[in-house]
Amino acid sequence: MGRKLMFTLFVLVVAASFVMVSGPAMAADKEKKKEAPKQYVPLLIYRTGPFAAGGSGIGSGWEDFMQLRNMQGGVNGIMYEWEECETAYNVARGIECYERVKSKKPAYIHPISTGITYALLPKGTKDHIPIVFEGYGRADAADGRVFKWAFNFPTHYWSQNTAKIKFIAMKQGWDGKNMADIGKYLKGLKIANLHIDVPYGQETKPILDDMAKKYGLVVRHFPVSWPGIDQKAQWMDIVRRFKADWVINRNWGVSCTVPLKEAARMGFPRNRILGVWWCGSEEDVLPAGPAAKGYYATNFHGVGRDFPMIKQIVDKVYGAMKGNISFTRVGSVYYNRGVITGITMDEALRTAHKKFGVKVINAEEMRWALEHMNITEERIKEIGAEGLMQPMKTSCADHEGGGLVRIQQWDGQKWVVASDWISPMKDYVRDMVEKSAAKFAKEKKIKLRDCSKVD
Amino acid sequence: MTFFFEVLINGLLMGIMYSLVALGFALIYKASDVFNMAQGAMSLLAGLALVGFLEMSFPLWLALLCTVGIMIILAYSTVFFVLKPLVNRPPLMLFMATFGIMYLLEGIGQSIWGTDAKGLNIGIPEISFEIRGILMNTFDLTFAGVAALLVASLVWFFQKTRTGRALRAVSDDHEAALSVGIPLLKAWAVTWVIAGIVATVAGVAWGSRLGVQFSLGYIAFKALPVLIIGGIDSIPGAIIAGLIVGAGETLAEVFIGPYVGGGIQTFFPYLIALLVLYFKPYGLFGKEIIERV
Repeated sequence: MGRKLMFTLFVLVVAASFVMVSGPAMAADKEKKKEAPKQYVPLLIYRTGPFAAGGSGIGSGWEDFMQLRNMQGGVNGIMYEWEECETAYNVARGIECYERVKSKKPAYIHPISTGITYALLPKGTKDHIPIVFEGYGRADAADGRVFKWAFNFPTHYWSQNTAKIKFIAMKQGWDGKNMADIGKYLKGLKIANLHIDVPYGQETKPILDDMAKKYGLVVRHFPVSWPGIDQKAQWMDIVRRFKADWVINRNWGVSCTVPLKEAARMGFPRNRILGVWWCGSEEDVLPAGPAAKGYYATNFHGVGRDFPMIKQIVDKVYGAMKGNISFTRVGSVYYNRGVITGITMDEALRTAHKKFGVKVINAEEMRWALEHMNITEERIKEIGAEGLMQPMKTSCADHEGGGLVRIQQWDGQKWVVASDWISPMKDYVRDMVEKSAAKFAKEKKIKLRDCSKVD
Repeated sequence: MTFFFEVLINGLLMGIMYSLVALGFALIYKASDVFNMAQGAMSLLAGLALVGFLEMSFPLWLALLCTVGIMIILAYSTVFFVLKPLVNRPPLMLFMATFGIMYLLEGIGQSIWGTDAKGLNIGIPEISFEIRGILMNTFDLTFAGVAALLVASLVWFFQKTRTGRALRAVSDDHEAALSVGIPLLKAWAVTWVIAGIVATVAGVAWGSRLGVQFSLGYIAFKALPVLIIGGIDSIPGAIIAGLIVGAGETLAEVFIGPYVGGGIQTFFPYLIALLVLYFKPYGLFGKEIIERV
């Protein structure tokens, strides 16, 4: 009898504890099911490794922007939900990250690496996931007729290089307006293209060679072996034998800093070095110390905190201690690039909401939206990003959408704006883009889309 | 011709920077038969620690002292926590353990001092000047002097001091050294401390050139062909081979590079290394090992 009673009591206690434990859990589960769906955003980020400064800056700026939007109630009420996947800027790990996040049905992927972008382009096309690369990746992807699933707004490397040549001409005395005159200021000018010897570094060689023929420039390429920590040989050649008038610094990470130190040692003026926008961050110039003063670099967005959008992030996100990076880096080049990424993707989501209704957007719908973005001056002002970003309008044929480039100069303490927005040589670049894309299409047997028939 | 000599001299000066890194490898190998893959990471850690202390407004001498202190702690920790359990195990196991130390140091360094690139200025002047039309720089010459001093001290230490001789005995045969009363772990610890100090010098030299950042660890790759050419256990070999590599790669890049598309300076030293291995399998100054079979 006693044993029976004990057993009954035991069963009752187990049953009661099950009800007590599972009850609230089930309720919470139900609550979760009721919770509004979220827009999933995977971040292929690199907070470790040699390029951590770039990856952490961009990723955190983007996350802070999404944090701000969530604090403001989301995009038309749809909240962001993001997840980091660490690539360490390694292509193999980037592909692994892509495969890992793919099952969660992301609306798009930002590889934040040219190498990973090249690897993911065929995968994105096959899996129908847009691959977005803002200011990196391959330039000819601007031709949306061939690269249906790739987007490189607001500008790409080829546009950037024509803007660089325009800027150099301006420094040589050109008025910046009459294109018929530009050759006069460029003829015979010696330009050293100092580039890291990987596909990213080699991307602009064809357009520079072509412009050399077109304008009578003398362009010589100086490849730097990865990782580019020693460039003495190249700099001796550039300064003492080639006697360059200008040097284009097309490197990445530590190899961006080394030229500034070497130039100082060789007595080459820093205000005759013009860097790619991946060599134009605070992290590239600060280690060089005074040797960096006067150095020019391109950019496609504003720098600093003096923009309403960045101020909002500072007030709301960092005010609530929800920031994703050290506060000192807020407003830096890479950070702002991340915020720009956030804004453009946010605008794409809004475009998709207008077409497909307010809901969680899938990859197919996102692709349509990315092809129909129109971020006007008025809209930029409304967002609070005036001066921070450039207007852009994408289409079926044009996945670049913008193209403007700005030059900044390091004054020893901070980047200062050194030019207005410079328009690239649009027709010339477009012609090259189409030729290159057509060649790619022929190789891969891709049928060009007829944009007149696309919705 | 002046340009040729300018390239040659600057290449030699660059080579001395490689020698600074190679010295650390040679030291540890000489004394403990371990190829230390963590040598580059040790330089990174030393650089990060030094910048960290300088950012805390420590005077340079104190910051350097504290950095050396960290390297001593690291040396003893490595020997007693990592190498001690591996005594008398195959050298490959010790080698793999140093891989682990490398990743650990990279991670710890970046966790404590962050991933941002940092400038390092310890006040060495960077003034360029010309002698008979050949451009040189005070920074490169300063570190050439530092390297010469370091090598002279190390050679003296290994040849003339009791501890140095004990370390060489340990290198020859762990068990034999133990049997004659040489404390193996203490000998290893001393070696790792010296290698830590050499790593600090290399970290300061390269950190001043590149800034202190993750890529500082890559300088280890520059030391590999130097070690192959000079002989993995030879201190003078590290210096001579450093000069060969520095001059060879710079001359090759400038005078051969333009004909083959450039960017050859990374693999050219390995080409020299292969040639040297063909004729001298233990390197130019390496100790030839003859084993009875």
